[in-house]
Amino acid sequence: MEKFSNNQQMQRQMLLDNIFRLSTRCFAFLVLALLVGILISLIIGAMPSLSRFGWSFLIDSDWDPVAQKFGALVPVFGTLATSVIALLIGVPVSFGIAVFLTELCPNVLKRPLGIAVELLAGIPSIIYGMWGLFVFAPLFADHIQPVLIDNLGDIPLIGLLFQGAPMGIGVFTAGLILAVMVIPFIASVMRDVFEVVPTMLKESAYGLGSTTWEVVRYVVLPYTKTGVVGGIMLGLGRALGETMAVTFVIGNSSRFAVGLFEPGQSISSALANEFAEATGEFHMASLIELGLILFFITFVVLACAKLLLLRLQKQEGKAS
Amino acid sequence: MANSTLSEPLNVQDRSGSSSTMNTSIYRRRRLVNAFNMGASTLTMAFGLFWLFWILFTLLQHGLSGINLQVFTQSTPPPGGQGGLANAIYGSLAMTISGTMIGTPIGILAGIYLAEFGQRGWLAPATRFINDILLSAPSIVIGLFVYEVYVVSVGHFSGWAGSLALALLVIPVVVRTTENMLRLVPNTLREAAAALGAPQWKITLYVTLRSAKAGVLTGILLAIARISGETAPLLFTALNNQFFNSNMNQPMANLPIVIFQFAMSPYEDWHTLAWTGALLITLSVLTLNILARWMGSQKTQSH
Repeated sequence: MEKFSNNQQMQRQMLLDNIFRLSTRCFAFLVLALLVGILISLIIGAMPSLSRFGWSFLIDSDWDPVAQKFGALVPVFGTLATSVIALLIGVPVSFGIAVFLTELCPNVLKRPLGIAVELLAGIPSIIYGMWGLFVFAPLFADHIQPVLIDNLGDIPLIGLLFQGAPMGIGVFTAGLILAVMVIPFIASVMRDVFEVVPTMLKESAYGLGSTTWEVVRYVVLPYTKTGVVGGIMLGLGRALGETMAVTFVIGNSSRFAVGLFEPGQSISSALANEFAEATGEFHMASLIELGLILFFITFVVLACAKLLLLRLQKQEGKAS
Repeated sequence: MANSTLSEPLNVQDRSGSSSTMNTSIYRRRRLVNAFNMGASTLTMAFGLFWLFWILFTLLQHGLSGINLQVFTQSTPPPGGQGGLANAIYGSLAMTISGTMIGTPIGILAGIYLAEFGQRGWLAPATRFINDILLSAPSIVIGLFVYEVYVVSVGHFSGWAGSLALALLVIPVVVRTTENMLRLVPNTLREAAAALGAPQWKITLYVTLRSAKAGVLTGILLAIARISGETAPLLFTALNNQFFNSNMNQPMANLPIVIFQFAMSPYEDWHTLAWTGALLITLSVLTLNILARWMGSQKTQSH
């Protein structure tokens, strides 16, 4: 009798186990399905524009809701330009911060400074945007821009980049604010990968008489190369998709311009500004297609970042 | 080349004696390069902190003056009128809480799968990979997705659509931290429970998950901190509402979008309210962040 009830109990628990395992599996699957769902829904939403404009959508610079004619060149260019500026400024600074935190910082300060940098990542992007528009842009327009335009505007070729009215807002300001926003992401990845360098390796170099810089340059950096690049790509992924900060300061003009100080438009700022009041089927579909392009670009960049970081992890596993 | 530079300091020790001048000059150059680069590194750290404090300072400067009781008791005003942010604060709280409620269980269960059952098969590595991509995917695209599948089929903007979009942002954060925290639980604990005859679901829920509680909670707090400042996914889901509204099925006011709308407007009194809202939101997000990190550190210290 007792044996029988034990058996029943056992079977019940096994059943519960199976249900439990299956339900967690379902939810893991849900995460996968989410990505596929996003992709499919964007493609369906963009269908009218995809079938009407085809590939020429990518190279057309017209954005004319009245004539219902749309091209993605200006927003795509704006997104790429702001992200490149953000990386040009953000990567060296992040590298410096990571080196400071791993090699120079006294132990007492390590934690508070690390948290301070991470708080920079915690500030909501709308705050960056508002601060950029009301505080940074006026200062920039009054004190820095005129100097740059006067001194660099007349140089052939490079000068083209520095022409335009000193308005404070524009592609460069957006890139600079993006840089401040991605610094914490890149810096924290770099710090993490710098910390996996075996102490023995660094100590050997110090023992041979290297300076701190030489240890960073010839030991730490070669060892963590892939991780560093992965971190940069991660920052790039963030910068590409950032919306609110860019919307505030980029100036929102759908006219094509090369200058750094000209107002422009990024994919996300176009979506934020126009989507809620889009008129007509093609306007809406074109905006969704912009979203699709953005999703595709960030997906590729982030996937590369992830693969590089994974490769570093594997290497590390082999070494130890 | 590398060899000669590395052997430098040996010569340098008897520099006062009769070491060759060339070695001293190389040595001096290396020290200079080092000092320059380390100085630059310290400067970049200062550069990072400078922005943090500048932004916080501006927020306090513009936002503090606007904080009074009215902000918490009255709804957003028309231009030139008197008012506060009560409807926006309520809407933000309601959507953040319901978004967390929807997203957290999904995230925890998916995280459990990855940590406990994900040793074999294709699903776990694929999910892990996709989850990390979703973690940094542009939030505005998530908003577009919810618009396409929910708002269009229902036919109107609503608070629920907003919470759904926020829930989708919560999931990856919770999945990631839950998996990491469960992996830190020593295997001997699981084996001990299994040896006592506990079935797997009991081991996971009552032993593993319980001992990783602090870490999982940290993840949830970080997720809340992330979504409470998000604006982009709410733009085409919750929209905005000028009046007080507690019906989640209607367009709902929320702090980030009110800040966006008011800051972009030409009215001075709207700007003041926007700064006040910005200060409120930043303070709560930073507090959540610090709280989460403090909890995380408590946990590692107790081990």
